[in-house]
Amino acid sequence: MIVAERKKIPELVEMLKGHKKILVLGCGTCVTVCLAGGEREVSIISSALRIASRNSGYDFEIDEMTIERQCDNVFIEQAAEAIAKHDVVLSLGCGAGVQAIAERYSEKPVYAGLNTSFLGVLEERGVWTEKCSACGSCVLHKYGGICPITRCAKHMLNGPCGGSREDRCEVRPDRPCAWQLIYRRLKGIGELDRLKNIEAVKDWSTSLDGGVRMLIREDHRI
Amino acid sequence: MRLQYPTNVRIIRTPCTGKLEVEYFMKAFENGADGVLVAGCEEGSCHFIEGNLVAKRRVNYTREILSESGLDKERLRMINMGAADPRPFVDKITDMVETVRKLGPNPMGRAGSKDKQEIRP
Repeated sequence: MIVAERKKIPELVEMLKGHKKILVLGCGTCVTVCLAGGEREVSIISSALRIASRNSGYDFEIDEMTIERQCDNVFIEQAAEAIAKHDVVLSLGCGAGVQAIAERYSEKPVYAGLNTSFLGVLEERGVWTEKCSACGSCVLHKYGGICPITRCAKHMLNGPCGGSREDRCEVRPDRPCAWQLIYRRLKGIGELDRLKNIEAVKDWSTSLDGGVRMLIREDHRI
Repeated sequence: MRLQYPTNVRIIRTPCTGKLEVEYFMKAFENGADGVLVAGCEEGSCHFIEGNLVAKRRVNYTREILSESGLDKERLRMINMGAADPRPFVDKITDMVETVRKLGPNPMGRAGSKDKQEIRP
C-alpha cells in the first residue's frame, strides 16, 4: 500500500492563496487506508482550510469530494463536473493520483495536499513501516522475504555491515537491523546456506536509474 | 450541592467520548463554536475499555490542526471526571469559559442567533 501523510495547513494555505474556488479531492484507495486522504481527511482538511482562510484573510470557497481511485480514468471522470466548476484542485491522493488528475485537466492547477512517503504496511494501529522500494527486480526470495534494499539503511545486498548494535540498525537505532532479521528468518526456514552466495551488483536499470518506468501488458490492451 | 456552572454552555451528550471524531470538533469550530470541552470518564474507568483514551488522542490531534489553522488550541480541551463528581466539572467548565472569554470570539462567527446558541441545560 502507498503510505502518505498530510501536509501542514500553513503550507496548504500558502499553496492555495490567490485562488478562490477550491476542490479538495480525496482518494478512496491507499490514502484512505493510511488515514491521510480519504473522505474523512478531506472533511478535516477542508474545515481547517476554511478556518485558516478566515483567519488569514483569504477568501477560499472550499468544496469536498472523494472518488474511489485518483489513478484510474474511470473514477477520475466522475470528478470531471466538479473539477470544471473550481479554480483549483487540492488532491489528497498520492503523487500518482495528483499527476493523473493534472494530466487530464491541462488548464486546471492541481496541487498535492499530501506528502507521499513510501510503500509499506500497517504494523499496528497508527504505525506504518516501509517494506518495498519498487526496484523493479525483486530479490525477496533470496533473503527470506525481507528486503535488504528497503529495510537496510545502507541497501546492502551482501550484509551485514558490521555496524549494528545488538539487533538494532546503526543508522536508525529505533529500527531493527534488516540483516539480523534476514539471518533469523533464513535460519528459521532452513535456508541459511543462501548467505554463502555473494550477490552480484544489482542492475538498477529497472529502478529509477533506468528512467521513467512503464508497464505494457499486450494481453490486456484493446 | 446547588452548584452552578456558566449559562452560556451547550451540553451535547454522546454515548462515550470515544464516539467523538476529529471531524466533529472541526465542524464545531467551523460553525462558530468559541470553545469545546470534552468531558470523559476517568482514565481506567471507561465502560468501553478505552473510549476516553481514544478521545484524548483525537483531541490532541485536533488541537494541533486548530493551531495550524490559526485558532488557539486552548479552545479545545478534554477533562476526565467521575459521573457523580460535580465539583471538578463546575470548576473546569468555569475555567474553560474564562479561557475562551479571554481568547475572544471564534473568527468564524456564530451560525445562529445568540439566544439559540446559549441554551440553558
